[in-house]
Amino acid sequence: MALQLMTERWSGKISVVSIGATKEELGTRTHTIRIGGEESLPCLFQEAPIPNKPAIAFEIWDIAPSDWLDELNKVYGNVLNDPLKWAEKCVKEFKAQSLCIKMQGAHPDFGNRSEKEEAALVKELLKRVSVPLIILGCGDDTKDNLLLPACSEAAKGERCLIGSAVGDNYKTITASALADGHSLIAESPIDINIAKQLNILISDMGLPLERIVINPTIGALGYGLEYAYSIMERARLAALSGDKTVASPFVCFVGQETWRVKEAKTDHPEQGIIWETLTSTALIQAGADLLVMRHPKAVEKIDKYIEELFNHK
Amino acid sequence: MFIIGELINGMYSYIGKAIAEKNKGVIQKYALDQLKAGADALDVNCGPASKQPILDIQWLIETIQEVTDKTICIDSSKPDVIESGLKVTKNKAIINSTTADVAKLDKLIPLAKKYHAKLIGLTISAKGIPQNKDQRLELAAQIVATCSEAGFLLDDLYLDPIVMPVNVAQSQQNEILESIREFKILSEPSPKTIVGLSNVSQGTFVRPLINRTFLVMAQSFGLDAAILDPLDSELMDAGITADLILNKHIFCDKYLEAYRKK
Repeated sequence: MALQLMTERWSGKISVVSIGATKEELGTRTHTIRIGGEESLPCLFQEAPIPNKPAIAFEIWDIAPSDWLDELNKVYGNVLNDPLKWAEKCVKEFKAQSLCIKMQGAHPDFGNRSEKEEAALVKELLKRVSVPLIILGCGDDTKDNLLLPACSEAAKGERCLIGSAVGDNYKTITASALADGHSLIAESPIDINIAKQLNILISDMGLPLERIVINPTIGALGYGLEYAYSIMERARLAALSGDKTVASPFVCFVGQETWRVKEAKTDHPEQGIIWETLTSTALIQAGADLLVMRHPKAVEKIDKYIEELFNHK
Repeated sequence: MFIIGELINGMYSYIGKAIAEKNKGVIQKYALDQLKAGADALDVNCGPASKQPILDIQWLIETIQEVTDKTICIDSSKPDVIESGLKVTKNKAIINSTTADVAKLDKLIPLAKKYHAKLIGLTISAKGIPQNKDQRLELAAQIVATCSEAGFLLDDLYLDPIVMPVNVAQSQQNEILESIREFKILSEPSPKTIVGLSNVSQGTFVRPLINRTFLVMAQSFGLDAAILDPLDSELMDAGITADLILNKHIFCDKYLEAYRKK
């Protein structure tokens, strides 16, 4: 007897968020990345359209990270001191399709670089590389409220993804995204109720729900991954059942979470890469739409994994 | 909870007048107001005063469809009025309604199939209104069996247990509520359940309170849909909150606003 699949009919769909504006769209990016648009639970290719594959962005910083592990330092070597060269290396050597720059150096405890300096860096970065850009603040609310508007304006019209809006601090960044034509990362601490509330607060300010990407906050394999998975699943089930307030694509900061766990810090070669890879595969199955990653070997493996997964549908 | 707004009904004087004068603005305002308040669909009824219901129903539906694509629920006891409405609906409509009488079912099920419409089945027959749960179940089973034999998808069937005014049929209320739960186990897939809510409070002094208390109780018995006044914000808030407690929505501080944003 032929196998008959039990498929579900859903009334909702995940919104599609585009990152990067090309010349035709009055930006300067060579291509646009589209994420989201799913009409079924992750990887159920027979059930309903899953129009966009998960995308990967390489994580770079404005300053040389002081606590990155040798395994990463070996790869990036002396370019860690120069964000522009770092960006170029990711694009030229590792074929990065998008970059995520974290403005860590603006943090009062990490150099307190001025918003002017950081905005100039964004401008220069946009000249040096032509892939779509994700811009992250330093995580200090007061500083981010100065920094992110400046960076947002510097990238006006390039349709970046900027972040992060959080429950206690979302107004300034939302206004900037609105003014400069960017989309927004809404971050909640592994909490579906706060994720939903934040999306409503942001959309109340006039930014359409269709321009929000949820950062559900994840844990690495062995560090709460299954909890993140369950939050993502809950949001997806509600979104597919018609709740537009949680129907946003997910961005997952895999690199940041995996390279700090003790398993990545052993002498065993490539264990960090394995951890980043496995955490990513699980998150793709949970519905991740955009992965921010660190090690090019892990990215290569995930690229291959995505290709195989989507070509076997 | 699937909410069907009940206000576009010629029985109400402002709608009856708007139909007579072909005043689109009034109809469109009531359509949009109800949707903004959280309605998923709009019930459309020409009312008893309409002299040309076959034409009026089309005018009403076309007027509403100029401002929204939301589901239209065509409300008439006359199959030819329903078919006239079905001819002009753009999207999947709801037929409101058939009774359990064979003659009615034989007319309306083929219509529902032909126009890919959903169907509301009232558990009532020419013999009258059922007096207890068992009579309701018997009529419901008759509707389900007829739909099933005709190849009509039971997913698209809504069964209405017939809500009675509490001031004249107090002893029936529990029977009505229990019928809602038991309708769901009549078939696999289950038929859906619906009530015309405001009947429960007919002739009483505290209609809104009775309406919302009954709605919440019916929801806890598994009610899927209700025809009601969505502009009664306390009623809507109670219904949304009951859904929340039944874990049908994700909680957040602004859950009432979130529901209305859908």
